[in-house]
Amino acid sequence: MTANELLVQIQNLRVEFDVRAGIVKAVDGVTFDIYRGQTLGVIGESGCGKSITARAILQMVPKPGKITAGQVLYHRRAKGSTQTDVINISKLDPDGQLIREIRGGEIGMIFQEPMSSLTPVYNAGSHINEAVSLHRLMPLRKVGDQMAETIRAHRKVTKEESRQIAIEMLRRVGIPKPEQRVDSYPHQLSGGQRQRVMIAIALSCQPVMLIADEPTTALDVSIEAQILDIMREMQRNENMAIMFITHNLGVIAEMAKEIVVMYMGKQVERASTVDIFYDPKHPYTRALLQSIPKVGRKTGTRLASIEGMVPDPFNLPTGCVFHPRCPSFMPGKCDKIAPTWKQLVGDHWVSCLLYEEV
Amino acid sequence: MLNYILRRLVYAAIMIVLVSFVSFVIIKLPPGDFLTQKVEQLRARGDRSAEARIEDYRIRYGLDRPFIEQYVGWVTKFVQGDFGESFEYERPVKDLLGERLTMTVILALATLIFTWAIAIPLGVYSAVKQYSIGDQIISVFSFIGLGMPGFLLALLILYFAITVLNQEATGLFSQQYVDAPWSIGRVLDLLNHLWIPAIVSAVTGTGGLIRIMRGNLLETLGQPFIEAARARGLANRTVIWKHAVRMAINPLIVILGSEAIPSIITGNALVSIVLNLPTIGPLFVESLRKLDMYMAGTCIVFFTLLLLIGNLLADLVLAWVDPRIRLE
Ligand SMILES: Nc1ncnc2c1ncn2[C@@H]1O[C@H](COP(=O)(O)OP(=O)(O)O)[C@@H](O)[C@H]1O
Ligand SMILES: [Mg+2]
Repeated sequence: MTANELLVQIQNLRVEFDVRAGIVKAVDGVTFDIYRGQTLGVIGESGCGKSITARAILQMVPKPGKITAGQVLYHRRAKGSTQTDVINISKLDPDGQLIREIRGGEIGMIFQEPMSSLTPVYNAGSHINEAVSLHRLMPLRKVGDQMAETIRAHRKVTKEESRQIAIEMLRRVGIPKPEQRVDSYPHQLSGGQRQRVMIAIALSCQPVMLIADEPTTALDVSIEAQILDIMREMQRNENMAIMFITHNLGVIAEMAKEIVVMYMGKQVERASTVDIFYDPKHPYTRALLQSIPKVGRKTGTRLASIEGMVPDPFNLPTGCVFHPRCPSFMPGKCDKIAPTWKQLVGDHWVSCLLYEEV
Repeated sequence: MLNYILRRLVYAAIMIVLVSFVSFVIIKLPPGDFLTQKVEQLRARGDRSAEARIEDYRIRYGLDRPFIEQYVGWVTKFVQGDFGESFEYERPVKDLLGERLTMTVILALATLIFTWAIAIPLGVYSAVKQYSIGDQIISVFSFIGLGMPGFLLALLILYFAITVLNQEATGLFSQQYVDAPWSIGRVLDLLNHLWIPAIVSAVTGTGGLIRIMRGNLLETLGQPFIEAARARGLANRTVIWKHAVRMAINPLIVILGSEAIPSIITGNALVSIVLNLPTIGPLFVESLRKLDMYMAGTCIVFFTLLLLIGNLLADLVLAWVDPRIRLE
């Protein structure tokens, strides 16, 4: 993974929600990189800050959330060019021109709730058209002009072209009779079909990165497999990066090359998928792995619960936030000292006092 | 869709028959009828022939025949455009209603337009800028509007107009236009008078509608499709108007049919009495007091008709804007 292939860098990101009961540290110092064309998995129990991290990448943290520290850097590159501009996304106006070009146009996103992610009063085609007419440009070709430079000029797509793109995208995500389905309203589509439409919308503008926030959590196992296949195929064809968020370990093993494990807004371990599965370092990661039912079932294994309760976000444990549930708890250490983010070997990082000399 | 409209029309027809029948029964229910009152009146005036003439009246108004026959007779003539005769005025109901029906519809429409033109933008602002100073000011005023009875507001405006503006605020026309035929001048005169009663009746409805619009929009803004629209790169303004408001307005159309139109019509009756407006409302209240059977019955049928038409229109609009209903 060369620096040249860097796409998104999240650096020491902190997001806080100032609510009546106190301050929730939804994301508490997260750092990782996403590379072009590769899949990064993010895993953790519900409420650990996965979705908020993803929203921060698009500078759309919901109110009353605020990025209080750190930044998201986006290495922007025009198509076909090798020159990169580094954009600090966290500094952008959330409703400004630049971030709106990036959202949907360069970084697409699909969501956990396919049933309600499409506006009920607009049909599938209008949703795709909305994205396409915002972001997709057609090369302006002059007849008989051979000079490569002239292709730099672009124009917006026409209505008819946009409809053709919509039909083609629906066909590619495996929707039968796309010429008819393009006019279907959300309530006329099944959950799986709606998620396919969401993927079609996200990919219609040929983004360099797709954020998939638990895209199959709400779907049947058989549909889940099909959706994952589509995403992988699209990724291969377009050299697109994916940030794949899930709490399903079986799914993440199939999709991701590298995995970040999160707990209570913090990243506790980051390593290649192989290392996470065969050489997990953090007790939390181990607990996650042990909670998978063993025999043969790979897909569809959901995270069984780990012993103990998720702590109250307003009353976080001292020291290491995982210590009350940790099987390797060292009294006098883990409840006193907060672990630091340490590189063990190669690209294996962990945040645990077992690996620190204190 | 056509099927749906036809079915609704059939229901509407059945509804009108039922309502007219029930209202007829209710009007006849209290002890004594119009004639007993009439005789009392004549006697009080010292008219000695009263008892003798009572039979004439009884036959003239068909009160000697059985109830069902009276009802059927009235309905048959009603359909032909003859609404019967008012006991009180001894004139055809049709002449008495005259322009009042048109005025009732115009006032209801004006109220509706005012209500929505005020409530929707304020509700949207309130939701989008939740907890801002503007939102709080709007909330205070909408609660005042909700709590203030229309007739009280009408009285206040009346007082204000007379003492401060030194101007008549009652009626829908100036003196010279009251009985004049329709002309540009008369229409302008009507518009010049219409805004006061329209605002008075609108204020009460507006308060509630602002709250509903605010609540609906806040709920819609929390829906996943809003976040998804934003993630597509749409500008905030587009997300709010094209996706959120567009969705949040649908329940308002249902309310329009089921609550807003009925309350506008009843509310207008009170305001009309206070402001002395030539609508059906005041006539109706009086006819009930006087047990003026055919007059009251005709008013009720027209009210029902207005409500049913309003309901049907609201349903059609809803089907038009919401594919989930249209394509069912
Ligand atoms: N709109 C919000 N208001 C207050 N707190 C929030 C909001 N959204 C998220 N949070 C907090 O942020 C934490 C992380 O949320 P999230 O990123 O959605 O978790 P997940 O890992 O399940 O995607 C939650 O536990 C919650 O306490
Ligand atoms: Mg989530």
